[in-house]
Amino acid sequence: MKSPVLCIGEEQPKNCFTELQVLKGHFDIVRFLVQIDDFRCASAGDDGLVLVWNVETGERLQELRGHSQQITAITTITCKNEVTLNTSLITASSDRSLSLWDPDTGNRVQTISDLHSSVKCLLVLERLCVWLSGGEELCVWNRDFQLQCQRPNHSDTGITALIELPKNYIAAAMDKKIMIYSLTVSADSSVSVAEIRCLSDHQDQIRALINVNDGFFASGSHMGELILWNATEWNLLAYEHILWEESQAYNQTEIRMGAPKPSEMSIQHLTTNGNLILAAVGSGLYVYSIQTRSVVAYRKVAHDSNVLHTMLLSDSELMSCSEDGSVRMWEIQDLPLPAEPASSGFFGMWSFGRSNKQSGPPSKKVIDIPNIRMLELMGDLIGHSGAVQMFVSFKEKGLVTCSADHLLILWKNGEKQSRLRSLALFQKLEERGGL
Amino acid sequence: MIGSPDVVAFAKEDEYGQTSPDLWPLPEEFSVPLYPLADSNPWAKTSYAKFTKDFILISEFSEQVGPQPLLTIPDDPKVCGTFDLNYFSLRIMSVDYQASFVGHPPGTGYPRLSFVEDSRVVLGDSKEGAFAYVHHLTLYDLEARGFVRPFCMAYVAADEKKIMLQFQELSLRFSQASECLKAGNRRAFAKELQRKLRDLEYTHSVLQREEGLQREAGPQSMYSAHAVEKANELANVEKSIFEHRDLLKQISSYHRRPRRDPHAVTCQKCVDECLSECEELLNKYAKIAYPCGYGEKAGKGEDGQGHPRGQGEDDDEEEEEGVKRKLSYTPQLIKAKSAKCFDKRLKTLQELCDKTFYEATVELLKETERSFRGDLCYLYTRRLDKALQRKQRVTTFLFEEDLNDDDEDELGTLRPFCAVNHAVDNYVLLNPPPIVLAPEPHELDALERPEHLDPASETSITLESELGLGESHLESSPSDQTLETQESSEETKGSFSSDKSGVGLAEIQQSLVSMKSEAPDPDPDSDLTPDPNHNLERESSSEEMETTAGEDEGENGGDQTPVSLLEVVSELEANREEEFEGVSGSELLVPIDTACCMVQEGFLYEASAPEAVPHPCQNSHLQPSQTLVVNQEPQALLPLQDDYTVGSPCSESPATGLDLPSGLLGDAVSRTSAEDGSDCTMSASTGSDQTASPLGYGALVTLRQRKKAGQGALRFVRQYPFAIQALWCLLSGRTLVVLGADEGRVRRLVAALALFVPAPGKCGERVQAWLSCPFTLTDLQRWKLIGLQRVASPLGSSMLYSLSRYSRYISILDADHKTLRCPQYRGQLLANIADHRTYIRRGSTYFLHLQSTLCHLAAKAFLFTFTHHLHLPVSSTEGLEVVESRRRCFLQEQLGLSEEDSQILLYLSQLITQQYLQPTGSSAAAPSFSFNYTTSILYKI
Repeated sequence: MKSPVLCIGEEQPKNCFTELQVLKGHFDIVRFLVQIDDFRCASAGDDGLVLVWNVETGERLQELRGHSQQITAITTITCKNEVTLNTSLITASSDRSLSLWDPDTGNRVQTISDLHSSVKCLLVLERLCVWLSGGEELCVWNRDFQLQCQRPNHSDTGITALIELPKNYIAAAMDKKIMIYSLTVSADSSVSVAEIRCLSDHQDQIRALINVNDGFFASGSHMGELILWNATEWNLLAYEHILWEESQAYNQTEIRMGAPKPSEMSIQHLTTNGNLILAAVGSGLYVYSIQTRSVVAYRKVAHDSNVLHTMLLSDSELMSCSEDGSVRMWEIQDLPLPAEPASSGFFGMWSFGRSNKQSGPPSKKVIDIPNIRMLELMGDLIGHSGAVQMFVSFKEKGLVTCSADHLLILWKNGEKQSRLRSLALFQKLEERGGL
Repeated sequence: MIGSPDVVAFAKEDEYGQTSPDLWPLPEEFSVPLYPLADSNPWAKTSYAKFTKDFILISEFSEQVGPQPLLTIPDDPKVCGTFDLNYFSLRIMSVDYQASFVGHPPGTGYPRLSFVEDSRVVLGDSKEGAFAYVHHLTLYDLEARGFVRPFCMAYVAADEKKIMLQFQELSLRFSQASECLKAGNRRAFAKELQRKLRDLEYTHSVLQREEGLQREAGPQSMYSAHAVEKANELANVEKSIFEHRDLLKQISSYHRRPRRDPHAVTCQKCVDECLSECEELLNKYAKIAYPCGYGEKAGKGEDGQGHPRGQGEDDDEEEEEGVKRKLSYTPQLIKAKSAKCFDKRLKTLQELCDKTFYEATVELLKETERSFRGDLCYLYTRRLDKALQRKQRVTTFLFEEDLNDDDEDELGTLRPFCAVNHAVDNYVLLNPPPIVLAPEPHELDALERPEHLDPASETSITLESELGLGESHLESSPSDQTLETQESSEETKGSFSSDKSGVGLAEIQQSLVSMKSEAPDPDPDSDLTPDPNHNLERESSSEEMETTAGEDEGENGGDQTPVSLLEVVSELEANREEEFEGVSGSELLVPIDTACCMVQEGFLYEASAPEAVPHPCQNSHLQPSQTLVVNQEPQALLPLQDDYTVGSPCSESPATGLDLPSGLLGDAVSRTSAEDGSDCTMSASTGSDQTASPLGYGALVTLRQRKKAGQGALRFVRQYPFAIQALWCLLSGRTLVVLGADEGRVRRLVAALALFVPAPGKCGERVQAWLSCPFTLTDLQRWKLIGLQRVASPLGSSMLYSLSRYSRYISILDADHKTLRCPQYRGQLLANIADHRTYIRRGSTYFLHLQSTLCHLAAKAFLFTFTHHLHLPVSSTEGLEVVESRRRCFLQEQLGLSEEDSQILLYLSQLITQQYLQPTGSSAAAPSFSFNYTTSILYKI
């Protein structure tokens, strides 16, 4: 099952995470991580707890207790008071309540309970000083937790994702459709929501919806459709059905082998940096270029199990975490021999890179794209004993991962930490005036 | 060639001079040993003595049979062998001990207790091959001649030099023991006096009654021979009462005497307790039985209580029994002539000292004996070692066994040894804060002060006046009797104000009196101490102390609140009065029971600073005002303590070791590092069963265990060719998992390898000897050496899964298949401790060899850690690469370390840094766990 290529082994010279801290505090699966500022992050999970951590030291700063059931969504909201930026946390829970927390004091500033349904997603519109909650209904709230307006919805699944579009429009993913709402703020600062359009190009349930840049947004569905939309006109710009051809091919040739199950082609997560879209498809990773409107690099089996969260660190580096409990770091590399004519060298790479299971005649699609590049495993982080749900990078300061094993792990650059400790040592030495 | 001048030139001149006359010595095999070697141990000079090893002897100069040995420590007949203890006791007791005053010194009316300082001498008996440090002391015994019993404690060794060079330390230790014995003795003596006084009083009352009967019978009988005899007897008893009262006063003033002996440090608390007890007694017996005229008046007063005169003594006794049922002691008539010394049994040492104190002293002496085991060289190196270690706390945590704080105290300062606390609770004992329990009697001014300072006692005074207990006028009545009486009444007055507060509080806290019954009271005599306040109040109107006291008890519901304790209570913690009430209640019930110290400990010392040190008795004669400052702020004493310590002649030397001549010192130093020397030092210790160091008190991993592990480590190194890799893993901080099916084998391996775990923690927290469940990442973080059970079951497979999953963080030593999976080590640093073909055969030797290598490593790591420019840029323009290359250069070129060896140093340095930044290890943040990504190789045997 395991591809030999993916066993990078223990020699990982490019992996700089040589120190870790295990952060304990949760009693159940930790599903969410949000960055509060440049040194704090909050974690939330099925135990209903929200914990605020200092990423630099690994200390637990606050314990936000209040929700009786699992947290379903968490986001930060920033208020600009005169000089200071004050970041608060909004959490939604299965206990059908919404809370506003002050991460500095740990106080529950606001709370709304007895909602009709539990909220599945949150969207803060800083510009309009409102925030939206999506679930079975779409609600607009102001900063003081006052309901501005509310829009019930007819879909069974409710709104699973919300993004902000230019010109006060909102896109909401509901089952197979994407609804475009317009938000109007009248003179008396009352807000109203209007349904503008319904985009129903997806054949299956929409799993991911993201803003790419000012001009585009993208969505991914359960059966592997990746659609790039125009953010202002809301029309379909590109449609990529990942693994489609391959599954077709399988269906035609070797039925016994079985086509990839829908879950194996499901787009679990989308992330972008404006130029590239990284799609987590099943246990594979696909990098889609906005410019060329094509997949530029991919690894069909990047993890042993479903990829749950991904991140593009730069145009060439990316990171993914999976149900298999590992975090992997990848680099998009050019082909080893770019000058050589594509076919032979390319084939070698391809068959090498593929897992044994999918070894078969290379599909046409791959050959059709001449400028495809490699996705090379640079290193992996192994520490969690359960699925890694999410991670947040604090750049130099490290990486926080959260997992189903109730733990958070803070991964750091050992050399840097050692330097910092040395600094602290000499400072203390100086303060004491000697040993 | 050997005899050529070239070679000699390298030798010392004096050596040359010494050796020159003996250029042609007999070959070894022809020489006859000067003394036949009893055992083959050439390092023990005890070979020609009649005992095998050093021991402590306690002897007594009995007034009946002369010098006699009492006990030896260790209490094992084998130790002394054929050595004649009786003869030796005679030798050591026949030294002209400080002339002590016995009997009535001129100018005083009463016999004087002699306050004799201990004396210390070194005696030798070269014929017997025995030398001894002899510590003479005297204990008080009411029945003994001059009230004193001479004792001595001797440390007997075969090596004179050992005793001479250890003199200071021996003196210190034996002084502690002596003070402990004496403290117990004073308590016991006070108790004895109390009993005696009670008897005397009773006798007195009986005689008086008889006299009264005679007087009633008629004037003619007044002058009969019988009557005169009775009168004489009565006078004798009265005199005796005064004498004993005086003795009691003397014993209570014991601690106020300036001590010339710098080593005589006593636990202030014990002194104070004893003092307060004596004081109570003094208060109680201050105004008994006065000559006839007064007695009659008092007797009339007593009649008011319905005691018709002339009742038989049985009657009286019955009456008494009825009133105070609890009393278990029946006063006895004292015969005019006491038994002569030869037909009575002398008290044993246990009886002379309070049992607790006696046992504590024996413990202390045992400890002393243990700590002086081994020959001089061994003792010296160990002490030097400890002194050095103490100075290097930054790195010692890495590989050295943990030093006990207890140990440190012992050497550094004069730590008073308190039997009571010691017996009860170890760590509380370590820092008993200096609290003066009782105010100084005779010093009224001093007494007034604390009360006015303290709101709590003021409150109690008000309470007392509200309750109408302010009967201060009563106590002035007997003050015009004699000088002695006046003194005692002044004493009474001295503590009176606090008495009142005690009463006042006591009345309120009636309910807490019930605690009394629960108080541990093994002492039947303890009930003898009635409440002094009430005695005092009644005293002017009553003559018969017994009755009154008993009635008081009845009236107050057995409320017995001691004086001085309450004073402290109110001073220390005003808001805790209730608890103290209870405590003090029990304290009084058990006035001489030492267990009460513990109870007080819990309350009194809770709030005190942990660094507070008890002050030596020299401080007790400070001005009372100073003492009061101390009373409130325990820390304030510290400078005093320091001054004292610095000033004393013995303070310096025990800290650093013996005052060895420099040549000898040099020798010893070289021996500590050289391997050849280590064997001989060890033979004195490990060779016999004396390995256990006296320091392994609280730490679980003792030196002995570590030395034992040395054998296992040596076996491991010799058995496994890849041992060096395993050691490198441990030293570079990579967790090593020892996998095996056999628990014993895995445990043994882990125990052996634990020697190589840097910073294993006080109790080896970083080592898990036997684990039978799958481990997690946090386990890896916590433990650096894990013994893992190999099981063939689903559990086993999940265990193997965790092994393979975390394989990048661990090395796996398979004890069953004899394989090791770990990164490759190519360095040279560990080659000399992991030499497969080492010539070292003994575990202890290997242990020392290892220690020296690890010590070397720690030193390097220290240097590396604290060299600024190896970690941080020197100037702002410098980049990190420069620092990096400088560090690399330092490690590789200056220290000559390869890549892997550098990792050891980096890891040690990291540990040092962490320890330095967080010495306690208590941080809110989770510990961090460092690792590298390197490939592992499977090594096979």
